[in-house]
Amino acid sequence: MTKLGRAMRTVIGVVICAILLFPLYWMLVVSVTPRDELRVTPPALFPLNPTFDGYARAVGDQLPFLGTSLLVALGSVVLTVVVAAPAAYALAKLAPRGGEGITFGLLVAQMVPGIVMATGFYAIYAQAGLLNTLPGLILADSTLAVPFAVLVMRAFIHGIPDELIQAATVDGAGSVRTFLAIVLPLSRNAVVTVSLFAFLFAWSDFLFAVILTSSGGPQPFTLGIYQYISNYSKDWNAIMATAVIASIPATILLIVAQRYVAAGITAGAVKD
Amino acid sequence: MTAALSATRTVPTSGESGTSGLPAPGPASPRRRGRGRGRAQWTAWAFLAPVVIYLAVFYAYPIIRNLLMGFQDYTVLSFVTGEAPFIGLENYAAVTANPLFWPTVLRTAVFTVTSLAFQFTIGLALAQFFNRRFPLSTLLRSLFLLPWLLPLIVSGSVWKLMLDKDYGILNAALGLFGIPAVGWTVDPNVSLAAVIIVNIWIGVAFNMVILYGGLQSIPGTIYEAAALDGAGPWRTFTRITLPLLKPVSAVVLLLGLVYTLKVFDVIWIVTQGGPANSSQTLSTWSYQLSFGPQLQFGLGAAAGNILILVAFVFGLIYIRSQRRLEER
Repeated sequence: MTKLGRAMRTVIGVVICAILLFPLYWMLVVSVTPRDELRVTPPALFPLNPTFDGYARAVGDQLPFLGTSLLVALGSVVLTVVVAAPAAYALAKLAPRGGEGITFGLLVAQMVPGIVMATGFYAIYAQAGLLNTLPGLILADSTLAVPFAVLVMRAFIHGIPDELIQAATVDGAGSVRTFLAIVLPLSRNAVVTVSLFAFLFAWSDFLFAVILTSSGGPQPFTLGIYQYISNYSKDWNAIMATAVIASIPATILLIVAQRYVAAGITAGAVKD
Repeated sequence: MTAALSATRTVPTSGESGTSGLPAPGPASPRRRGRGRGRAQWTAWAFLAPVVIYLAVFYAYPIIRNLLMGFQDYTVLSFVTGEAPFIGLENYAAVTANPLFWPTVLRTAVFTVTSLAFQFTIGLALAQFFNRRFPLSTLLRSLFLLPWLLPLIVSGSVWKLMLDKDYGILNAALGLFGIPAVGWTVDPNVSLAAVIIVNIWIGVAFNMVILYGGLQSIPGTIYEAAALDGAGPWRTFTRITLPLLKPVSAVVLLLGLVYTLKVFDVIWIVTQGGPANSSQTLSTWSYQLSFGPQLQFGLGAAAGNILILVAFVFGLIYIRSQRRLEER
């Protein structure tokens, strides 16, 4: 490609990017628009009198919701890694008889429609007293990540040379020691990737939240925003300010862990 | 987010199975029989135990509950008393006889197929565009991921605001071209189109990332040979890129199909399936039946089970084509 051609591509790329990401720009603009300027036609493309009122109200109203989401997401990450990592090791290196069945089950599990899972959970939780509870939501949200986590980590652990594992066994390490001292540290990247996605899945969850926690108890921010919208609130700057705050984890993820994100998407789950 | 995220969210790697020295798991490895093998099996299954229990309790059990509910007269009282008489196929008869059923199935199909067609085409165009490196290309490519990574409630509410009939920026932009205000979320004739647009926007990145991976794996020498033979860009694209991209495309489309069928959040946040059910799909309808004012859990479960059946059919086709892709 000529130098000019490359420069042209950059220009076109920036334009496409600007168009595709316009909704996110708009979210930022509205979040700092004063309330009395929200309903004007045509809307101003730039925030002429930026204000942080929306953020003040977002923080005032939504902080508990965001806190709940944080707890749920962290809980889901821990649960996911604890359940998925040993399984991934077994499937990748220990050749369990019938392990293919588990892998197939994990692939199929990812295809179950969320509404089916959520209705099933609702029926179970209603009797178990887990509706509107933090542990209930953590358990349900973890289902979004566990199959994905096993499959991603399995693919990664598969690539660890057998010699390293055998060396540990020769040195007299038991299988648990080998797993904790050799396999897990070597799979750090996979564990990070999986944790990031597990966090994001739980942080973003709306369906489980609306079905399992909408009648009280601790609620995540996804419900907070949803209630804001469905109350026909005209406080769009506060809603958008909350949306901006809620976008922070995904943005940080993309900035600091970009290669892990790309790995997570392409290394993804559905492989056998 | 889901979704696929939902729109959820997963893809194939470059195959690496079969590259390690491990024998294939399963009974077909007589060399490994014997006492040591037995103990190794115990160890392997001990490591697997948590996930097996997890799958049984947190996947199989909810699905079975939902399956059973589809055959039960399940009301809100059933949760208290535990009583829900089995009524055979009555829920299924009621759901399929409902005047909303076929229109909802049709809308689900339109939603899914249209979303996929646009996501794939735009995703492929972008992947092709980014396939050649240029200044800032990596940065721009990763920025495209943002819509797909953000919580759906965030993208959903931003779009709901932009699609507002009176004050939305989209209608303001259309107004510049003399197009009268469209009632995106309030007009039954366009509400389905509105949620499709939002869903396309969310899913483009997913398609682009996988297709980009597919394009990158096509050896440059093939393109060079084509150029030597005097093939123009269009000919190269249709005769080389598309055929070589076929396995990856099948994976993207089938996986996208399974994920798009079950989309709930986007629709529910932007239109709640309305107005007058005009953007209802099987997912949102199932929710509406179970958790709407009538609380008809049996009917909602039946609708959900129909959805699961369709998803599984395409899911199995996907898994098969995925296997085939890796065998190559």
